[in-house]
Amino acid sequence: MRKLRADVVVVGGGSTGVGVVRDAAMRGYKAILVDRADLAQGTSGRFHGLLHSGGRYVVSDPESATECAEENAIVTRIQPHAVETTGGLFVVTPHDDPAFGDQFLAGALKAKVPAREIDPALALAREPRLNPGILRAFEVEDGTVDGWQLVWSAAASAQAYGAEILSYHEVVAVERTGEAVTGVRCLNRKTGEDVTIECGFVLNCAGPWAGRIANAAGCQPVDVVPGRGIMVAMAHRLVNTVVNRCIYPADGDILVPIHTVCVIGTTDHPTTDPDHLEIPREEVQQMLDAGEELIPGFRDARAVHAWAGARPLIKDKHVAATDTRHMSRGMSVIDHRERDGLSGLLTIGGGKLTTYRLMAEHIVNAMEEQLGVSHPCRTADEICPGNVPGKTYLITDRLHEREEDRLSDQIICECELMSRSMFIDLLEKFPQASFDDLRRQLRVGMGPCQGGFCSSRIAGLTFEEGAVDIERATGLLRLFLENRWIGLWPILSGDQVRQAALDDWIIQGILDVDHLPHPAKEEI
Amino acid sequence: MLEVDSYEHNVLARASLDHCVKCTICETQCPVMRVTPLFSGPKYVGPQAERYRHGESVDHSLDYCSSCGTCTLVCPQGVKIAELNSVARAAMKRDHMPLRDQIISRTTLLGTVMTPVAPIANAVLKFKPARIVAEKTVGIHRDAAMPTAQLTTFTSWFKRHTPSTTPTRGKIIFFHGCAGKYFEVDTAVKAVEVLEHIGYEVVVPKQGCCGMPLQSNGIFDAARKSVRTLAGQLQAGPAGVPIVSTAASCAGMIRHEAREIMGVTDDALIEAGSRTYDISEFLLGLADKGELPLDDLKRIDTEVCYHAPCQLKGQGMGTPAVQLLQLIPGVSVVESGATCCGIAGTYGLKKEKFDVGQAVGKPLFDKVKEVNPELAVCDTETCRWQIRNATGAQVVHPIAFIHEAYGLGKATEPKAGSV
Ligand SMILES: Cc1cc2nc3c(=O)[nH]c(=O)nc-3n(C[C@H](O)[C@H](O)[C@H](O)COP(=O)(O)OP(=O)(O)OC[C@H]3O[C@@H](n4cnc5c(N)ncnc54)[C@H](O)[C@@H]3O)c2cc1C
Repeated sequence: MRKLRADVVVVGGGSTGVGVVRDAAMRGYKAILVDRADLAQGTSGRFHGLLHSGGRYVVSDPESATECAEENAIVTRIQPHAVETTGGLFVVTPHDDPAFGDQFLAGALKAKVPAREIDPALALAREPRLNPGILRAFEVEDGTVDGWQLVWSAAASAQAYGAEILSYHEVVAVERTGEAVTGVRCLNRKTGEDVTIECGFVLNCAGPWAGRIANAAGCQPVDVVPGRGIMVAMAHRLVNTVVNRCIYPADGDILVPIHTVCVIGTTDHPTTDPDHLEIPREEVQQMLDAGEELIPGFRDARAVHAWAGARPLIKDKHVAATDTRHMSRGMSVIDHRERDGLSGLLTIGGGKLTTYRLMAEHIVNAMEEQLGVSHPCRTADEICPGNVPGKTYLITDRLHEREEDRLSDQIICECELMSRSMFIDLLEKFPQASFDDLRRQLRVGMGPCQGGFCSSRIAGLTFEEGAVDIERATGLLRLFLENRWIGLWPILSGDQVRQAALDDWIIQGILDVDHLPHPAKEEI
Repeated sequence: MLEVDSYEHNVLARASLDHCVKCTICETQCPVMRVTPLFSGPKYVGPQAERYRHGESVDHSLDYCSSCGTCTLVCPQGVKIAELNSVARAAMKRDHMPLRDQIISRTTLLGTVMTPVAPIANAVLKFKPARIVAEKTVGIHRDAAMPTAQLTTFTSWFKRHTPSTTPTRGKIIFFHGCAGKYFEVDTAVKAVEVLEHIGYEVVVPKQGCCGMPLQSNGIFDAARKSVRTLAGQLQAGPAGVPIVSTAASCAGMIRHEAREIMGVTDDALIEAGSRTYDISEFLLGLADKGELPLDDLKRIDTEVCYHAPCQLKGQGMGTPAVQLLQLIPGVSVVESGATCCGIAGTYGLKKEKFDVGQAVGKPLFDKVKEVNPELAVCDTETCRWQIRNATGAQVVHPIAFIHEAYGLGKATEPKAGSV
């Protein structure tokens, strides 16, 4: 049993949690963040990748729109490496009401979201694959954001201010003496060790799982209604600008070019268990149809992967629980002292990845209010480690890097252009990582071949580097392939079937991975 | 179709990258990758790198691709690999075009400048110090194969000549290509004589450059203009009759490259392309129909190495020259089995790629020397220059053998005005 002590424990290592631990650490608190798995493998790693300009909400939720516009600029400034400033378009397709465009423009003006109508011909010249029948087009400042890069660089910033980040630490209980929180009890899932952290404050940032943490503290049930949404990534970018349908927010109305892929999404269905989010085939078809509206021929392009995430929406009494899209996305902070008579616990819900920094500011302010102290929030002022001021991500970055080191380094993941040294360097930092943990930071296995070629290479490298024995290497490889498969089978058709067949010949036919010696228990 | 000089607009080629399953077959066949690490290979610069291209070009090493097209040819999934590279190169060169690439891409210009002063031009081209200057200033390697300039152009010969027979088969259009007009006059003349011999009335409409050298050097705007003009000129000839060519790569430009690489889809081009034939392909077609007088073919006892140029293979017609030559009694044809001679249009002329081009061609050069060090056969001009330069063998177009077999001359002896 390990014992730690902190001023604040932050539960959940998604965008909200790392934003909170960074803010708390910057205000001088001794803070520890725990996540039951790796950072950003929850919603913050299963979202759409849009750094909202606010345009999406100018009509439905103007307050959120304004916040998005402001936070977009801040995130782009403090974490440029995670952001690509693609720009965005709102287009009125032949099936949409052109009059909505007027509402859109008026809303944008009011919400202070920069937007400007342009000639549809100009939009087509910029994005030649767009539906040539578009009736109107508006330019906005949408960008795209890599949730993993964003989370890791915010975590690095927190660590630089003395925070501790404990991944694979699952909170099993929130300790209290009567009316006050005294700490949390965690299970280290890699080692099986119990870890208790004594603290005066717990900030519950467990996203769609936040209700469970509140339960663990013995509070009245917090009604989190996870809104499940699916997204489908296409093998290459069909557009280089974010393309939104200019309609009242609906399913499949946004196409996001992020890294080497473009992602169509999303859907919204209330669900109960955020641990098991299905990717129904009908929804995949619905997304491909939606893509077809924006880009004729979309269905003929190659889909490579699908995933689902759950919006951590906290129930709002003003709307029915079945209509999660139209619940306020505005964040809500629940003060459990007022609600349940328990001091030292706050829960946050709602919000968006784009506004993660603002959410953190709110909850840390609420904590200081309860503590009766006040420090200024400085998270918007300081650039996060690993970022060069003004150097936003470019799609060409990796190609450029490989052009430089092509004669001295080896390429391990050919689709995502990950070099051998990139992999070895990260493995050295995280020798216990699973291949998916490494993937999220390196993008290994995320391209068209979905790990068919690189997965066995990284298994070999991991073994060769002495990080694992042969059984664990095999176990990790199998786990990685199983996880890839979850997002593969729902979209399998056309080119991707041929890929899957070839991958199977390699993985099963040549390597016989299913019958290699591997550990009895499942790898973590 | 939108026509902008950037890969984004090359919808077809770009969309084909989705078919790549990374099988790597293209890399096992790439002649450049085999000889130098400087080129990252067709799979890498093609379907892989294409996913990263937007805005400024960052992968300048893609210029080591020789555009031989072998990758597209062997891809079992239908990825337009070479086309992707050509388009990416064009995007790259928009900003970084060396003067050299502009000069050697303008074949017509080079030809007109050289013809009136042929002996001088040839002497200069063979003169080392001058070539060293050329290498230093414009980047054409001092040892690279250069065309031999001719005193007469094909056009002036054609105007002056009188057909040996009275036509029995109707009209046919002859498309000579720039090299046929200025440098490889002999080949063009022999082709016309063969066609006339078997009864065609040969028509030669005025014709400019197909734009291939411009295209392979990434100068798309000018290349499109050239090929469009050419399509119009060919159409100005008699309607619907076959267009037959000894310039295999130029024919390929009209038949598919202009469309697939540069997105030119004009009706004129499609129409002209649909009745354009390589001369061996055309004659073999006649033979298959029993319309080529085979009994007149006189015996030639020889063994020669035949090399099928990349540009010809890319047209998916097989190797008609091999079958055609074997119709001649006594001729034994040994196929080179080599992928590429290394010249790839103008690639092997460039100083930074000369060694690569020589290494690419080495298996071919060895084969030529082994089979018949005196004489070899190949369908395209630049490849012939390259093989000639590297082996010392005389290299002729397949038509030269048919010409000799019909008793019209000797394959190894030039027919008109060469120096
Ligand atoms: C389909 C979809 C698309 C979206 N698209 C966008 C978009 O394009 N742009 C945008 O800005 N926003 C988008 N969002 C919203 C955004 O993704 C979320 O608001 C944001 O990621 C939430 O982050 P979080 O940190 O609150 O939750 P999460 O990222 O889910 O983090 C919660 C963490 O808590 C951990 N946890 C759970 N239980 C425990 C425990 N017992 N002990 C320890 N840790 C625990 C989990 O492992 C998890 O890592 C989208 C959301 C969805 C669902």
